Amino acid sequence: MKLNVNNAQHDVDADPRTPLLYVLRDDLKLNAAKFGCGLGQCGACTVLVNGEPVFSCVTPVALLAGKEITTLEGLGTAENPAPIQRAFIEAQAAQCGYCIPGMMMRAQALLQKNPHADDAEIRAWLEPNLCRCGTHMRILHAVHRAQEMMKPAQPGDAG
Amino acid sequence: MRATRFAFIFCIVLALAAGVFALAAWQPAIDPITPPPATGFDPALVQRGAELAAIGNCDVCHTAPGAREFEGGVAIPTPFGAVYSTNITPDPDTGIGGWSEAAFQRAMRKGVRRDGAYLYPAFPYEHFTLVSDGDDKALYAYLMTRRPVHAAAPDNALSFPFNVRLAMFGWNQLFLRPGPYRADTAHDEIWNRGAYLADGLGHCGACHTPRNSLGAEKTDDKFAGGEAEGWTAYALNAGSPAPVPWNADSLFKYLHRGFEEMHGVARGPMADVAQELRTVPDEDVRAIATYMAAQMTISGSGRQVAPQAEAQTRRGVMVAAASADSQAARSAAASGDEGAAIYAAACAGCHEGSRTMPYGGIDLALSSGISGPNANNLINVVLYGLPAAEAARSPIMPGFANSMDDKQLVALARHLRARFSNKGPWNDIENSVHEARSAQRAVTVSHAPADQATAPATMQRKTDEAQR
Repeated sequence: MKLNVNNAQHDVDADPRTPLLYVLRDDLKLNAAKFGCGLGQCGACTVLVNGEPVFSCVTPVALLAGKEITTLEGLGTAENPAPIQRAFIEAQAAQCGYCIPGMMMRAQALLQKNPHADDAEIRAWLEPNLCRCGTHMRILHAVHRAQEMMKPAQPGDAG
Repeated sequence: MRATRFAFIFCIVLALAAGVFALAAWQPAIDPITPPPATGFDPALVQRGAELAAIGNCDVCHTAPGAREFEGGVAIPTPFGAVYSTNITPDPDTGIGGWSEAAFQRAMRKGVRRDGAYLYPAFPYEHFTLVSDGDDKALYAYLMTRRPVHAAAPDNALSFPFNVRLAMFGWNQLFLRPGPYRADTAHDEIWNRGAYLADGLGHCGACHTPRNSLGAEKTDDKFAGGEAEGWTAYALNAGSPAPVPWNADSLFKYLHRGFEEMHGVARGPMADVAQELRTVPDEDVRAIATYMAAQMTISGSGRQVAPQAEAQTRRGVMVAAASADSQAARSAAASGDEGAAIYAAACAGCHEGSRTMPYGGIDLALSSGISGPNANNLINVVLYGLPAAEAARSPIMPGFANSMDDKQLVALARHLRARFSNKGPWNDIENSVHEARSAQRAVTVSHAPADQATAPATMQRKTDEAQR
């Protein structure tokens, strides 16, 4: 079947029941999304489907024909990181780092939809994603930093 | 001349009627008291009050998620506007700290506030009226020994004439049958105990009985099914849609543990009910189960077990058939049955897996969600899943709101209905999906009920509070 991942069409030879996560990691070698619980309970596997966060470990590819899938690799690269990635680096928001790609993807979805989300909205929005190192304060700091970077130019702003 | 005289007489009659109405409707204020010290109540009475409060689900309406216990302020949507639950902590200014026991009992029995104003039946006093003097006393002891919280509820957002509290006098004349409960000698003690709890404090009918245009339960259609917080509350009379009929044992297990092998896991508002009943003595839950099971056999029509469910009740059979089924589903997919393909890919892994309930998904042939009167509950569950209980082991299901589009949801629901129920197709699936997505149907998504065996922390906290 055909999958649209990070704005590229991929022909994937997979059973339609295969979780998206396995296809991303095993077939497309996109390893940012992580396998955590496999039950849609921890958020380490979070990617975007049509701009909304989904747990790729419980999302069979059968559901995804014709939909736009975005992984962390689709936002930026190590050489040219996207604002959310830059913000996480600058805030040094990773301890072990396993949850961070999922955190970034869920935060990205919020900031795309609601650039002016306040702290309470950000906290509530990130609730499904778990971090076992206790890096939450730095993660929140990074999301606020990314929000500043991504703020749309206000009318009247210089240059 | 005649006309003038007529108008004059008419005015006098009207004034008299208004006077009589005011006289009949007027309720005196009961003097405020100084909140009694928490130590002034018998701990055993407080403990019993805690159990009764759990049966009455006071928490569900009077405590918002994450808020302080019983501080109120939860919006209760009604067809006439929102009514906000009030603070029932013993805070003297914003709670019931100034309420004497007599004032509390009048509220429960007659729906009248301490200051004499009428309460709205969003507070189900037409049920609570049945509560005995002794149980009201225990509830009062429990509430008056909670931690006082200073929190005023927002003003109600009701339209005219429903914003006039005095109008509830008329409503009460029509629909309030004052208690306390009187035993029905045609039935035994357990049945009567169950009726007292289910029709009284438990107020099961508040969700499971349909309402008339004035928002009162239709007594002729008792337990014929209603609606609660975006969910369909199934009929609990002979019209129950459960593929395997309920009995007192299965109801007891379901109410007490939050799931039952032949019927599934409680979700939506019922998950909160089951979570509360966890802390209630077995004999009370068993009495409720006995009474409710009796309601389902009342018509005498002798409801048949759905043959499909009967054939599939043994999970082993299902597991053995699962791989063949998935093959069938895949070929169905190839032939263009999108719903079958989605079921095979997204649902069958858990719903035909080898894990037992509640950690394995229910065999959908047993699910009232599939055999129910409309697609709402199925759509709600597929969209939002079953969020895990907090800090306790529990059943879970992921939601598919962001990965399934409307067309896929409709195809899936249509397929499940055709394959797993022996009822005709639903004709309103598109609308059900649209209503949920657009929040026209505001769906409350509750945490799954915690697994009893591994939830000591939550239970312990409740007990501690009861004894404080």
